[in-house]
Amino acid sequence: MHNNPSDLIVVDQLSKYYRVANKQPGFKGTLKHFFDRKTYDVPAVTDISFKISPGEVVGFLGANGAGKTTLLKMMCGLIYPSKGLVDVGGFSPQRRQTAFLKEITLVMGQKQQLIWDLPPMDSLYVNAAIYGLSDHEAKVRINELAEMLELGEELTRPVRKLSLGQRMKSEILAALLHKPSVLFLDEPTLGLDVNAQARVRSFLSEYNKRTGATILLTSHYMADITALCPRVICIHKGKLFYDGDLDSLANSLSPSREVKVELKNPCASEQFEKYGEIQDLNDRFVCLLVSRDKLTDVVSNLLTDFDIIDLEISDPPIDELIGELFIKGKVN
Amino acid sequence: MLEYRIEIALWALSGVLPFIMFSLWSQNDVGNSFGLNDTGLARYFLSAFLVRQFSVVWVVFSFEEDSLSGRLSPYLLQPLHPLFRYVASHLAEQATRLPFAIAIAITFFILNPSSFWLPSLPQLFLAYLSTHFAFTIAFLLQSLVAALCFWTEKSSALERLIFVPYLFLSGLLVPLSAFPSYVLKVAMLTPFPYLINFPAKILSGMPVDIFNGFLAQILWISILVPSVNILWKLGVKRYTAMGA
Repeated sequence: MHNNPSDLIVVDQLSKYYRVANKQPGFKGTLKHFFDRKTYDVPAVTDISFKISPGEVVGFLGANGAGKTTLLKMMCGLIYPSKGLVDVGGFSPQRRQTAFLKEITLVMGQKQQLIWDLPPMDSLYVNAAIYGLSDHEAKVRINELAEMLELGEELTRPVRKLSLGQRMKSEILAALLHKPSVLFLDEPTLGLDVNAQARVRSFLSEYNKRTGATILLTSHYMADITALCPRVICIHKGKLFYDGDLDSLANSLSPSREVKVELKNPCASEQFEKYGEIQDLNDRFVCLLVSRDKLTDVVSNLLTDFDIIDLEISDPPIDELIGELFIKGKVN
Repeated sequence: MLEYRIEIALWALSGVLPFIMFSLWSQNDVGNSFGLNDTGLARYFLSAFLVRQFSVVWVVFSFEEDSLSGRLSPYLLQPLHPLFRYVASHLAEQATRLPFAIAIAITFFILNPSSFWLPSLPQLFLAYLSTHFAFTIAFLLQSLVAALCFWTEKSSALERLIFVPYLFLSGLLVPLSAFPSYVLKVAMLTPFPYLINFPAKILSGMPVDIFNGFLAQILWISILVPSVNILWKLGVKRYTAMGA
């Protein structure tokens, strides 16, 4: 794979296998497991290649066990690849050189780097010392991030006394204290309520705009992906099957759009058959599935042929499309 | 936060094994066979208690928990070797143990006034230095076992392999002079006598070969540092970030 100087991250034919052993239940199974253990390799990631430019926000999509977290762990240098190459800003992540570690950060759901019994502020100053920030620099940086994350007194309360949302925001603050330019985020909104999720999302979006940081994100919440990631990489059973922008993915998954019409007078279903696939017809309300290339004509004809009070065009819910995609494991 | 203050006091009290051993040996009057009278025995076990307070290590248990729960992952991605985090937490705890250790020593002198002594400044300095070396050796030995977490996942079970010889050969249960000479010769080839016996002897003012003692401590440290380093580098390649 040719490396373009504008590529920040290059992943080339990357694979990871985990060695596992199965144990049968019961005493006999335990004895057999102890004396005659059979191990085998399970592929978690197979021959994945892609490139990411500086400042991009990329979402990794896939069902549980698809391999997205393994991929993220290899890119940040937490685990060694079994095969292939990863290059992040000219560094080989698994070597974990200091210069590389100062440029990246990893946020993993609820896995805390904050010390449980102390207020986050103490952990923040420990982190500042580890990354070589002066007290002044740390103070300025903490204030700046705390303002963006809407954190105040929470930083001086023991971590165990904080709510899940406050803990997660404090974790993010700790992870970003050293101004990393590449953020690896694994389920950063896991377990948070809708409001807290929205705050974390708007913070990440703002952080990306202000600093130009590259963000790589996995999430099971489609709202995270749609709000933050113009580009998505879809993984199924360890293999990459889509790499592109989210809109194109939605188009390929569903070449049609929903047209909801509110009529002045009730009409028979037969009258709508020529415009598109009828999804729903209820008295004066009709929902049609119309192919994108015919959309303009159909809408114009509907407006001419019927007395219409209201008309709404929308994409089918992306969550449902992606859900189907995970089951199929391929894009049409 | 009362629970934490009590916990610190309990940590200090949990190291009273040397006092139990002192009580056992002094009542049976076997101290003389170790070449120590009751006062010598009392001073030795008080010193053993103090040395243990500032050299006790539990890195294998913390490391195993962090490794299995996934908390090790963010530590591995910081520009500081994760073992330094554990060193810092041990040193911080040693500082909190100090007032309790002093209180226990004062109580011991009130109950055994004849055993009271004040070590000279050079004695105190050498005991302090050898206790720190003892802590370093103990820390490195446990780190060696902790690094096996990358292979076994339950390396705390292997810690028993160190704990049992430590218990008998360190001088925690009995001064090493109680052992037959051939056992003593073998024991001195291991790092264990330099963990309690050697610093405790310096602190209590018992005759001890200071030069060879320090030489052995430095030798063990210089063997263990690269060993831990090599095992860690090999092990970390196998890390799968479980629980994360």
